[in-house]
Amino acid sequence: MTELLLSPLRRLGHTTINAIWRLGFITRFLLAILRYSGQSLLRFNLTIREIYFAGVMSVIIVVVSGLFVGMVLGLQGYNTLSRFGSADALGALVALSLLRELGPVLAALLFSSRAGSAMTAEIGLMKATEQLDAMSVMAVNPIARVVAPRFWAGVISMPILAAMFNVMGIFGGYLIGVVMIGLDSGTFWSQMQNNVDLHYDVVNGLIKSLCFGIAVTLIAVFEGYDATPTAAGVSAATTRTVVTSALVILAVDFVLTAFMF
Amino acid sequence: MFLSGKSVSSDHFIEFRNVSFAYGERPILNNISLAIPRGKLVAIMGGSGSGKTTMLRLISGQIRPSAGQVLVDGRNVADMNHAELFEHRRRMGMLFQFGALFTDLSVEDNVAFPIREHTRLAESMIHDLVIMKLAAVGLRGTQQLMPAELSGGMARRVALARAIALDPQLMLYDEPFTGLDPISLGVIAHLIKKLNDALGTTSIMVTHDVHKSLDIVDYVYFVSNGAVVAAGTPAEIRASPSPWVHQFMWGEADGPVHFAYPASTSLQQDLGLKGGQHD
Repeated sequence: MTELLLSPLRRLGHTTINAIWRLGFITRFLLAILRYSGQSLLRFNLTIREIYFAGVMSVIIVVVSGLFVGMVLGLQGYNTLSRFGSADALGALVALSLLRELGPVLAALLFSSRAGSAMTAEIGLMKATEQLDAMSVMAVNPIARVVAPRFWAGVISMPILAAMFNVMGIFGGYLIGVVMIGLDSGTFWSQMQNNVDLHYDVVNGLIKSLCFGIAVTLIAVFEGYDATPTAAGVSAATTRTVVTSALVILAVDFVLTAFMF
Repeated sequence: MFLSGKSVSSDHFIEFRNVSFAYGERPILNNISLAIPRGKLVAIMGGSGSGKTTMLRLISGQIRPSAGQVLVDGRNVADMNHAELFEHRRRMGMLFQFGALFTDLSVEDNVAFPIREHTRLAESMIHDLVIMKLAAVGLRGTQQLMPAELSGGMARRVALARAIALDPQLMLYDEPFTGLDPISLGVIAHLIKKLNDALGTTSIMVTHDVHKSLDIVDYVYFVSNGAVVAAGTPAEIRASPSPWVHQFMWGEADGPVHFAYPASTSLQQDLGLKGGQHD
């Protein structure tokens, strides 16, 4: 009977201690990345290469998704706004929704699924095939040579991808509102210009995506580096990257929104 | 033996002095002492899980002993700080069990990797050095291939070319013969011997391929359960009366090393048969 009561408590304690331990570990890992970032910034071609794999290769999925999200916003926005006779405000609605929330959040979710999971799998497999050990034995620090360039590539790529998502989303809203439904083009753009503030909306959105970039890339490289060096271990780490990233993006978004707007 | 008790001469490039090591509760090395003379090719043999690879990891400073000292050229590896450890590794080459080539880099970039990381040489000179190293392992002309396009034996030779890229004083080989066909195995064994003689490198080879190793090495240590059970020159080992050496050399199932895992229950008990006695 006592065992029946103690067992879940023990499990809860174990899970809590483990979570705190991992939080401490990931913080120390971030400090190590920052400490050994000199090489990835001095030899910037290492980082450029990773920007290509993480950022440039994600452009297609981000741009196409942005277009569809913008078109859906156009349809739904027009539907709702026209009930209140405010269909003219469609441009402002589309732009504000994208710049403040949808652009940074959805681009980050897409980035974590497309590039974050690939980073985790690549670093995890490098660990499983002793490539990280080989590097370390050759007196090359794997955090400086493998992890830091990927981390900075993610941090740099994320705001740019979010900006592309926003631009394509606004274009999608324009296609639906102006080209398909026939709203006045001048009204669409002028409403947007009047209601969108550069600092309050655009810059805050970019700050958000920068924070998501740091969080998503840190999770991706950490999970890869910490993966159990087996096929099952790398697979589990990749899944953890996508799930943890999604939860962290949404939680951080809530906190940032509460402070910013 | 090269080392008996604590009498150690400066001719020894590597020394293990009463070294113990454990992964958590599981002991791997148990008060082991041995010495590797400068410029010699020495094999450390033993079954899987006998602690051979752990010894290489202690020499390269990837792990630290729980007791005792591992000396490289007279310096205790565990006492080295980060910079000193990396300096020590720069003078060392290691061939991993399956090569551990960087899969995103071509053969040329793999071999050039340590040169680019540790020197400021011009690209044209790095290119020439890579060609020379690849020629030494008989793979000139493969520069543009990716690791996925190489056979197991070729990948191991490219990894060997990468390991000797900076002309190391010390070479560590972790199971260099595993998974190779007889021809590749012979080629790798010949290369290891040739490189040791040509470069004057001190080489340590961890392996369980007895017969091929005895053809090329200068000295052998047999390790079992974290302790040295036999040692000697290949001729001495071949003539050794030790039942342990005999069992290992001829791959016998019965002897000092048991084939069966020491299960806590009997086979009859596991199968649910009555009257089962623990065997």
